[in-house]
Amino acid sequence: MTTTSIDHRATPLPAGTKAPDFELPSRPDRTVSLAEFRGQPVILAFYPEDWSPVCSDQMALYQEVLPEFQKFNAELLGISVDGVWSHLAFAKDRNLHFPLLADFEPKGKVARAYHVYRARDGTSERALYVIDADGIVRWSHVSPVGVNPGADGILRALENLGKEGAS
Amino acid sequence: MSTTRWKAVLTMPVNKGRDHIQGPADAAVTLVEYGDYECPYCGAAYPIIKAVQARMGRRLRFVFRNFPITTSHPHAEQAAEAAEAAATQDKFWQMHDLIYENQRRLRDQDLRAYAEKLGLDVERFDKELAEHVHAERIHEDFLSGVRSGVNGTPTFYINGARHDGSYELEPLLRALDPAGASERGTR
Repeated sequence: MTTTSIDHRATPLPAGTKAPDFELPSRPDRTVSLAEFRGQPVILAFYPEDWSPVCSDQMALYQEVLPEFQKFNAELLGISVDGVWSHLAFAKDRNLHFPLLADFEPKGKVARAYHVYRARDGTSERALYVIDADGIVRWSHVSPVGVNPGADGILRALENLGKEGAS
Repeated sequence: MSTTRWKAVLTMPVNKGRDHIQGPADAAVTLVEYGDYECPYCGAAYPIIKAVQARMGRRLRFVFRNFPITTSHPHAEQAAEAAEAAATQDKFWQMHDLIYENQRRLRDQDLRAYAEKLGLDVERFDKELAEHVHAERIHEDFLSGVRSGVNGTPTFYINGARHDGSYELEPLLRALDPAGASERGTR
């Protein structure tokens, strides 16, 4: 990946790294931890903020593609530094039916653990992780903040998990 | 600007037997749009595509594929099914145009009125919509888009490569003009 002077994208944790565990609230009365999905692939979609136009398109796209992710038994988790009430309102407004995790306090702790925190902006990068059933990072990608990365990279990574698992 | 490590290219080639195509098969340039009938950006692109077609004439082949984002656009799927139902009666483009020209009126009764206006066999149209006969094809379009790197609507492909630039008239024309591109020869 190229990095230019105007583009200070972070370098995410590479494939093969053990995915840092976390426990974050998804609703006022519920928390979600990475460990609870051991045994199935997890897609972590870090995005900068609720409500910003690109995020919305990206999350709406993932909602639409969710059945394809589920064919791989994969769990999709959105993560941003917004609080749970913002997430709730955002999910309701956009018809999102997958967990949005609040990396809110301490702010950006999980984004930092995954090397995708943008200290300058106080938000995370727009970053994708595919983690396998054993909790190992199998694919990671950081997009420019303004660019919706789409879903093809995720699907390709999920397919490759199957191939690796079979061999 | 290349922003991903993989190249976003059209994974399902244009197929005369299945795609909705305007313009000659041997046109110099093929423009494929993945679009959603209820998406306002696609609505804004609609007259631009018409203008591009008028300017380029037979040098351009235009293909439309469905990419309804139903979580944001509750009428997008039904509108896509209406256009596909019109296609089975050889009126795809007429319905496509009517829908984009009336984007705010996409309720079932509106779509039915467009079918009547186009002189379709409305009984057959109703039946196909009620039974979602065309849903599978629309989903095929959608998935082919996802696999090709569609990340929102509209997404355009020029000769198979995703066009990440502007789709305002002049920039789009510059991107489509093969003579301009090859004569410059700087890349």
